[in-house]
Amino acid sequence: MTPERKIRIMVAKPGLNGHDRGAKIIARGFRNAGFEVIYTGLHQTPEQIVAAAIQEDVDGIGLSSLAGAHDYLFPRVVELLKEKGADDIMVFGGGIIPEEDIPKLREAGIRGIFGPGTPIEEAVNWVRQNIKPKK
Amino acid sequence: MFRNDHLKTIGDEEKKWTEDLSKILSEIPERLSRFSTISDMEIKGLYTPKDIQYLDYSRDIGFPGIYPFTRGIQPSMYRGKIWTMRMFSGLGGPEETNRRFHYLLKHGETGLSIAFHYPTLMGYDSDSPMARGEIGKCGVAVDTLKDMEILLEGIPLDKVTTSMTINPPASILLAMYIVVAEKQKVSKSQIGGTIQNDMLKEFIAQKTLMLPPKPSMRLIVDTVEYCTKEVPRWNTISISGYHIREAGSTAVQELAFTLADGIAYVAAALERGLEVDDFAPRLSFFFDSHIDFFEEIAKFRAARRIWARVMKERFRAKNPRSWMLRFHTHTAGCSLTAQQPYNNVMRTAYEALAAVLGGTQSLHTNSLDEVYSIPTEEAAAIALRTQQILSEETGVTNTIDPLAGSYFIEALTNRIEAEALEYIQKIDTMGGMLAAIERGYPQMEIAEAAYHYQKLIDEGKKVVVGVNKYATDHPPITIWKMDPEIERRQLKRLREVKEMRNGQKVRDHLNKLRGAAEGNENLMPYIVNAVREYATLQEICDVFREVFGTYTDPGMF
Repeated sequence: MTPERKIRIMVAKPGLNGHDRGAKIIARGFRNAGFEVIYTGLHQTPEQIVAAAIQEDVDGIGLSSLAGAHDYLFPRVVELLKEKGADDIMVFGGGIIPEEDIPKLREAGIRGIFGPGTPIEEAVNWVRQNIKPKK
Repeated sequence: MFRNDHLKTIGDEEKKWTEDLSKILSEIPERLSRFSTISDMEIKGLYTPKDIQYLDYSRDIGFPGIYPFTRGIQPSMYRGKIWTMRMFSGLGGPEETNRRFHYLLKHGETGLSIAFHYPTLMGYDSDSPMARGEIGKCGVAVDTLKDMEILLEGIPLDKVTTSMTINPPASILLAMYIVVAEKQKVSKSQIGGTIQNDMLKEFIAQKTLMLPPKPSMRLIVDTVEYCTKEVPRWNTISISGYHIREAGSTAVQELAFTLADGIAYVAAALERGLEVDDFAPRLSFFFDSHIDFFEEIAKFRAARRIWARVMKERFRAKNPRSWMLRFHTHTAGCSLTAQQPYNNVMRTAYEALAAVLGGTQSLHTNSLDEVYSIPTEEAAAIALRTQQILSEETGVTNTIDPLAGSYFIEALTNRIEAEALEYIQKIDTMGGMLAAIERGYPQMEIAEAAYHYQKLIDEGKKVVVGVNKYATDHPPITIWKMDPEIERRQLKRLREVKEMRNGQKVRDHLNKLRGAAEGNENLMPYIVNAVREYATLQEICDVFREVFGTYTDPGMF
């Protein structure tokens, strides 16, 4: 019997905004929770994020945005995953996301959305419940 | 500051008081087992003369306007002149932002502060694929001189000073500002303002990145050298702790890393052959004012004292203006909450008060909705009024450095100074800030502190009202949304500028710039010539990128 693979999560910063405090905290929180974490670093295009996610064979992508471009960038990541036949990778996101934008993002396939003030534990639990490691 | 026999009496009395207190505490314990600042620095319940017994009034505190400037940089402080009220503004296109400038000036603002949108900050034009989804959202879009002309329309550049939060392309925006002033018949010797131009803290914290560290330093020193000769009223670098703090550092780290950045800039300019007293008076600083009231006030006071000594003793500056740490303050964006957003008005007011009691030269106060988006006009007006109430109603401006002499404030000032100096020494040992950044040292210290603070909040050890205590549902507030028409208009204007301009002249100037960049000449005159012919921001940045290469954040966490 092979031991169960760990959950592999990519934390990604799409777009030009450099606010990475949240992304780094959540990446650490995930690592401390026992996930394998890949952090893309800053200023990634949706294309770069999707290519890296496929190459790293991750189970989920956590996107972080604090500069208002989430409405274009988040759905674009989901769209590209579909195009590449990798839509088994679940996408969730966090940052400064106004309430009124949430329904549109959910519709676009962003499964979990975490606003400011979310405790680390809450995001960790959500990942555990919703994302299963690939066999 | 106290006689020895007096200190002994105080010591005996304190001992007695502590014994009495412990009896009370055995019945009614204190609320917490440990009290600490927001930076998690442990704080005692009471401070006495014993805590500042080694302080020497003349040496360490002194008088305002006199070395080491602990009490403030001007002799009369706010009795002479109120701080500059400078609201960080930029939204949509230059038209919207120009309207906002006039609105704020009409309501009593006394200086401008331009927030650029992300593509401009990173050296991309609005028509770049990198700009998709970002145009006008976090600030104003500026692609060419044309945008800058619209942005500054009706603003008398010989009277109003302007601060520009811009880093990798700082030299280009300064060049545009100079040319707009020329068109207003205002010479560059008359204009006043600031470019942030602080790349070291970009590598550490804010992360608007373009070129590798070494060429970034060259561009910065180019602007320092150019302004020293040509634009004497311009603040050439705004050495910034704000972004370091917002990234999650402690107060001590903010202070230490900022001053270490300052030391690196002074050293780089000296290496270029500049005289310290020629350029140092135009270096300015920029700090965060966070929610922990006394810690911030002590931080500002310690900042002035350290910098004065660094400049006088380490760099042998002779001009007192070189010793003065002048600073702008921005209340803490990271202290605002999306939950119960009206509470942000109160947070901002306390933070503004700390900045004023700490002796700031200019101040931005956050708007209650700034946690969501660019502020609406109404929210920005409340934030500006907060400063006006502070300056004209509360009476805090009547007395200079009113908290000096407080046992607690002086002890805290000493402690923050000592801990910051330890960091600075460590960075010196590593070979200076550039070397420390290459090792990821300040980046990891900040990430550590940010994570530690988040854990304290998650565990309820630090309270954020409305978030981990007193949480309730609240109705959504109206927030600013960008009209999609702005994006179309911006792209159209950029196309038109490219069609109308003299393409040959633009290419010639860009080629000359490239040649100079490959050599050692100061690039500023070449940049001024290129923007005058409406070369775009990205065209110039592309020359830099081609000659110097690019830099990508290593993404350490």
